[in-house]
Amino acid sequence: MSTVEERVKKIVCEQLGVKESEVQNTSSFVEDLGADSLDTVELVMALEEEFETEIPDEEAEKLGTVQDAIDYIVAHT
Amino acid sequence: MTKRRVVITGMGMLSPVGNDVQASWAAIKAGRSGIGMIDRFDASEYNTRIGGSVKDLDLNTYLSPKDARKLDAFIHYGLIAAQQAVEDSGLDQFEQLDRDRVGVAIGSGIGGLEFIEKNVIQMVKSGPRKVSPFFVPASVINMVAGNTAIRFGYRGPNISIVTACTTGTHNIGYAARTIAYGDADVMLAGGSEMATTRTGVAAFSAARALSTRNDEPEKASRPWDRDRDGFVLSDGAGVLVLEDLEHARKRGATIYGEVIGFGMSDDAHHITAPPEDGEGAARSMANAIRDAGLEPSAIDYINAHGTSTQVGDVAEVSAVKQVFGGHASKLAISSTKSMTGHLLGAAGAVEAIFSVLAVRDGVLPPTINLDNPDEGCDLDFVANQSRNADLRVALSNSFGFGGTNGTLIFSRYES
Repeated sequence: MSTVEERVKKIVCEQLGVKESEVQNTSSFVEDLGADSLDTVELVMALEEEFETEIPDEEAEKLGTVQDAIDYIVAHT
Repeated sequence: MTKRRVVITGMGMLSPVGNDVQASWAAIKAGRSGIGMIDRFDASEYNTRIGGSVKDLDLNTYLSPKDARKLDAFIHYGLIAAQQAVEDSGLDQFEQLDRDRVGVAIGSGIGGLEFIEKNVIQMVKSGPRKVSPFFVPASVINMVAGNTAIRFGYRGPNISIVTACTTGTHNIGYAARTIAYGDADVMLAGGSEMATTRTGVAAFSAARALSTRNDEPEKASRPWDRDRDGFVLSDGAGVLVLEDLEHARKRGATIYGEVIGFGMSDDAHHITAPPEDGEGAARSMANAIRDAGLEPSAIDYINAHGTSTQVGDVAEVSAVKQVFGGHASKLAISSTKSMTGHLLGAAGAVEAIFSVLAVRDGVLPPTINLDNPDEGCDLDFVANQSRNADLRVALSNSFGFGGTNGTLIFSRYES
């Protein structure tokens, strides 16, 4: 079974079309990984699906980096 | 003001008979059908289980996986045809290109139906939060033109005319005028379609528009044949690079032919059927011939709308007889839809390309499956085999739901 970190990174790669080596925990979705506002919405939808959870919009807006997403998932699932 | 001359300097195509212009034209000249069983979804419960699909396409050659995922298939097809056309024209190698003077007019008859279906199903199943943020930009019709502009940096006029099965023809005609009147020096023009989806096939089937010859797909599209039973729904895209003649000359572009006429009309008759006498179609052709400044007798070849429906095929023959009189029996007329099926909003674009190539190569494309011409269908339909002929001028017809008609006229390029 993969860890939360591995699963989050896998989804980030799929959704944003980036290589695994480019994705660091500190990577910002917008600044470092080239996401636009629509990409980030879809990324959150994919995380919700993978972890069978619902991320409210006001929480989703705070998820700026890969680590933010990992922390949120660990705390809420 | 004097209208500027408009020439064709690049072409791109995805069709059921080939994934580029060269392969498609070779198949057309050989009389090969591109129709087969629908395999994009499970069609086993459908009355019609045949269609013309784009086959063995490697999307990754043209699009990144991220871009591919965010766009409906009709946008993939349109973008790929546009890229082929740009590369063919050499515009991408022309460093002095003023991109403010390059525009795009590419439409679609239906748009992103597959993306729409997927999201509606997802929303009904799991609620509104599951609708993709890309839903609108992935499915609205002007996004082939929009994405083409973004990809190539073309900042001139950008438009998508939507007129059902006349879409491709209208976009090309409009683009030619945009150049002729000086609003742009180069236009990418055409149409794109991927409507062979669950609802697309169900809907055209419910309208009793589609052939149900499921046991013989390659024989299903048979314009003017007595045993025709409807059209075959097909997918693909066609894009032409239209260019101001002087602009093309200056950069030493290869010129395929010239756009010399464009005409339009409407039947004002019925939402899906033409009047039996093809009166609206006749006026569209007459308008294009007038625009070209020709006598009807100057037309050597007609690439017909010819979809293989009962009423439409006969109406077009009647229209040709009205416009051309005695010359109707001298010119050649054929339907390449007998091989490609009906690409709806892309039909006029791929047929414009076949018309241009017919003139350039001196080859009349055939109408295949024409075994027993129906009553009243007594013109030279180039039955079953292509043949060589000295051609100078070709006319291409498109007619769409809503009674909307469009006609383009192309000539051999002569300086």
